[in-house]
This record gives sequence, C-alpha cells and structure tokens, in this order.
Amino acid sequence: MVKLLSFEKSLKPLYEELKEKRKNAQSTDYIEEKIAETLKKIYSNLTPYDIVQIARHPDRPHTTDYINALFTDFLELHGDRKFGDDPAIIAGIGYFNGKVTGVIGHRKGRNLKENLRYNFGMAEPEGYRKALRVAHLISERFKAPIITLLDTPGASPTIGAEERGQAEAIAYNLQELFNIPTPIVAIVIGEGGSGGALGIGIADKLLMLKYSIYSVISPEGCASILWRDASKAKEAANALKLTANDLYKLHIVDKIIEEPAGGAHRHREEVIQAVGKEAQKALNTLSRLSKKKLLEKRKEKFINIGVYNE
Amino acid sequence: MSLFRKRKKIVVPVITKEYGENKWIRCKSCGNLIYYKELKENLKVCPKCGYHFRLTAQERLEQIIDKDTFEEWDAALSSDDPLKFKALESYKERLERAEKNSKIKSAIITGKGKLNGYDTAIGILDFGFIGGSLGSVMGEKIRRLAERASKEKLPLIIVSASGGARMQEGIISLMQMAKTAAAINSYKKGGGLYISVLVNPTYGGTTASFAMLGDINIAEKGAKIGFAGPRVIEQIMKKKLPKDFQSAEFLLKHGFLDAVLERKLLKPTLSQILSYYRGKKW
Ligand SMILES: [Zn+2]
Repeated sequence: MVKLLSFEKSLKPLYEELKEKRKNAQSTDYIEEKIAETLKKIYSNLTPYDIVQIARHPDRPHTTDYINALFTDFLELHGDRKFGDDPAIIAGIGYFNGKVTGVIGHRKGRNLKENLRYNFGMAEPEGYRKALRVAHLISERFKAPIITLLDTPGASPTIGAEERGQAEAIAYNLQELFNIPTPIVAIVIGEGGSGGALGIGIADKLLMLKYSIYSVISPEGCASILWRDASKAKEAANALKLTANDLYKLHIVDKIIEEPAGGAHRHREEVIQAVGKEAQKALNTLSRLSKKKLLEKRKEKFINIGVYNE
Repeated sequence: MSLFRKRKKIVVPVITKEYGENKWIRCKSCGNLIYYKELKENLKVCPKCGYHFRLTAQERLEQIIDKDTFEEWDAALSSDDPLKFKALESYKERLERAEKNSKIKSAIITGKGKLNGYDTAIGILDFGFIGGSLGSVMGEKIRRLAERASKEKLPLIIVSASGGARMQEGIISLMQMAKTAAAINSYKKGGGLYISVLVNPTYGGTTASFAMLGDINIAEKGAKIGFAGPRVIEQIMKKKLPKDFQSAEFLLKHGFLDAVLERKLLKPTLSQILSYYRGKKW
C-alpha cells in the first residue's frame, strides 16, 4: 500500500477494504472508484504544505526513474575531474525520443540505505562541478540539448562541502550555465530546494510538475527563522508561495505539467510520460533558435526577474 | 538570512549615532574602552585588539572612495512586496523598520567614483538593512551597475556583507542569484574586471552568486564567509565545528580567495589592482 500522507488519512479504511477484497478475490471496481473519488476531492483542495509533502513522497518518481523510462542507451558520466564523484547528482547522455540528449539531475534514494548513499539528493560541490563539466561536454562535443531534473532538499550543508567551496561551485554554475550553447530545459519534479536546485537550474525553459515545489528556503527553515518556531512550517509554506501554481503566477515557471489526483507517486508511468512529452515540446521550440539568440533569451529570462518600485 | 541571530558566540558591536563623537565605547571583542573619535580615525578597527567593527555602506564608501567623487546610481529603487508576505512581522513592516533604523532605502548603494584617482564602478552592501539580504532591489541594482560599468568601461568592485537571499521575496529572491550571476557573466565577457570584496558576514545566496564570482576575490580580516550557516551545519553534523571554520583565513587556505586584508590595506590594495588595469581598452 502506498504511504498515506497526513491529509489522506480518510483513505485508510478504503485501502484496507480494497486489500481485503483483493485477498478474497472479490470485485474491487466499486471500492477503487470510491478511492478515486475521494482522492479527487482531497486533491482539489490541497494546501501548500500538503503539496510540500507530496513533493517529498518517497515513492514519487525520481530522476533515475525518468531516465530509465525516457532514455535509451543512457551512459552515466562520473566525476568532476577535480576532486571526486558525487552520487547525489546523476549526469549522462543517451537517446531521448531517438535524439542524442544530455540529462543532469539530483538523485534521491527510494529507501534509507539508498538515501544515505545519495545523501538524500543533497549535492556536494563535486556534484555541481560534475554537472557543469558534463553540460559543457554534451553541448560542445555532442551538440546536444540538455534536460535537467530538479529534486533536492538543498545543497549539502557540511564541513567538507564548505571546505571545498559549496558557494563557489553553485555560483560558478549559475554564471557558466548562461554560456552553454545548446538548449536546456529544467523540470522541477519534486523538491526545488533553494540554491541547491538552482545550481543546475539555469535553463531556457523552466517547467514544473503540478505537485512539486520550488523555494528560496524550506518551509521548516523559514519557520524557524521568521516565526522562531519550526512547527510553523505550514504558515511558512503559505507565505513563501512555493507551489507550481504560485510560480506560474509569478512568471517564474513557463509551464505546469499536470498530475492526476493522487499525485505522481500513484500515477508514475502516466506522469513520467507527461514529463517526457513536455520536455520534447520545449526542446522542439528551442531547437529553432540560433545559438546567439538562445543565449540572449536565456539571459533575458533571468535578468528581468524582479519586483521593485522606482 | 538571519543565520546568526541565535548564535551567541558572534558579537556584533554596532556603533549607533547616539554614542556621538565624544563618547567612549566598549570593544566587545577585547572589552577595552575606546574613544569613539580614535576608533573612527582608525577606520573603526579597535586600536587595542584589531577587532574590525561593522561598517555601514556609507562608512565603507567614505573609506574606499575619494572624497566628493561618488555619483550614486539608481538610488530611487525600493522594495515591493510581491508575495504580500506575512510572518510574525510582515515584509511591509520589516521594510519600514529597516528604513527607519538604517535611514537607507535598500541594502545596497551603487554608483561610480574615484579610488585613489582611478575611476571605478562600485556597489556596497549594508548588513544593517535586513541583513544585507539579496532581493529584487539588490538584484536590479547590481544588474544595472554591471551593465553601466560595461558601457562606461569601468572596473567593478562589489563589497558584500549579507546573510543571503531575502526570504520574504520567496522564489523571486532566489532568482536574483541567477540574475546577478548573469549580469556578472555578461560584464566579464565584455572584458570588464570584477573585484569581489567579502566582509563580515557573507553567506548563503549572496556567497553562492555574485560574491564568489570575482576575477579577484578579497576578504576583509575577521570576515566569516560561507554557504550554509554554522548553526545549520552543526545541527546536521552533530559535531563541533573547527575553530577557524568559515573564517577568511579558512577560505584563503582552501583556495577561494586571493587575499585576506586588514581594513587599512583594503583601499591601497584595490588601488594597486586598479593601477594594473588603468587605461586598458576593451
Ligand atoms: Zn578590541
């Protein structure tokens, strides 16, 4: 059974009934319909913090799931050529809809063992440096476009990360990704955690799954600073305007990729295919631009963001 | 941004106007009483122990830029409240409080002036305005500063003191990291020289964008510089941090700075760098 989130508790008896009916080989049509109905009701009325929880659901499709489903002949490329290889970032090249395409994303695990190995998708400086190295390689040697998949709680906050220049690694990516000469499409598939997400998030098109989030700080972090109480994460999630709908309204995101009621973790294949379709559409539009125009427009996209009085 | 608020170890002696010119103030680092005038003449560095007191952007400007040569740019820009952000204190209230306390309109001054006679574009962050946090106004002022410096073929100096991105502008403030990086990128591609000066403290989204992108990175002595705040790292790692962690010397040792300078050496060194650069045609 899928792990129920706090706002889905009313589904528990229904899922139990379903399990029972399956065990007894009885018809499940009615109960499945009822579950779908209830999900629809719950998902039509989600709070921002509910969406935060969906975005973090352990069964939500992760970068590797998208790569496995959407790429053929994928070759993972390792290492930053400077210090190490960070497993929290996966980068490589393969065929996407028959065309050579690069892909770079945060790697989250499905269970604790995997998550410890991938550091919960929190990248070290080496991860950002690997991402940039591979971006250069893909665009300049293979003349191929790049899809980046954003899903991280944030950049790794450790002594080692600071020693090896976490800030410099992210800053340098932010600068250099503006010079990558082939199209880049970034898609927030789960948690867009602050600078840790943005570090591989400079792109010509920014798409977001409906139940993903993108924020300057985690709601818990924001709550502990501005409310002086980490338990006020719900209030912080409201205030931060971190949902796909919010970001679309703020003109940060170009397109929202729909998810069915119940979220991507209940409709994995459907959502993965939808992401593939939208990524392809975005790449098609971008492939018509000259290199010069592409880089100009990428810069324009970010340099005009801001709301101020004058 | 307020990574420091709960960290008791960091002392933040601030000199407010009420001390006046004829007052004694206590150095919170060494505990000695210092005559304010003497402190000021010593660039607000404790004459007894060398502690570097925090400067406002205006004070920093007066220390670096030659008298009566500064021309301020884009002074009229002020913050909006795109998210209608409400916490214990709303963003609107927070902005009003910041303006009232600091008597400035944003967390950065930008413009051009002369540094020992050399023309330069300069931006100076003010930690006293909501922790020098990076929001839309700072992002736009840095963008315009870099663009105008490029047009006028001026070198560019930015002095950073910041807790990071301004949370109250949410995702828009995060995107200012990308925006300022884009502006710096274009400026450099046009042949400009960008000198980043990091003073105490520089953290988060500010370090992870324009502050770490200098062609030359210089830190002032006593500066704490990092990405994640020390408290966060301590909590995550459940162990005590090394004594010099995130100090300017720590960053120098690890290869992220060209130099760590005492305050009195900052202007002479900047001037020396500009002297190599003077007259270059782009
Ligand atoms: Zn002292």
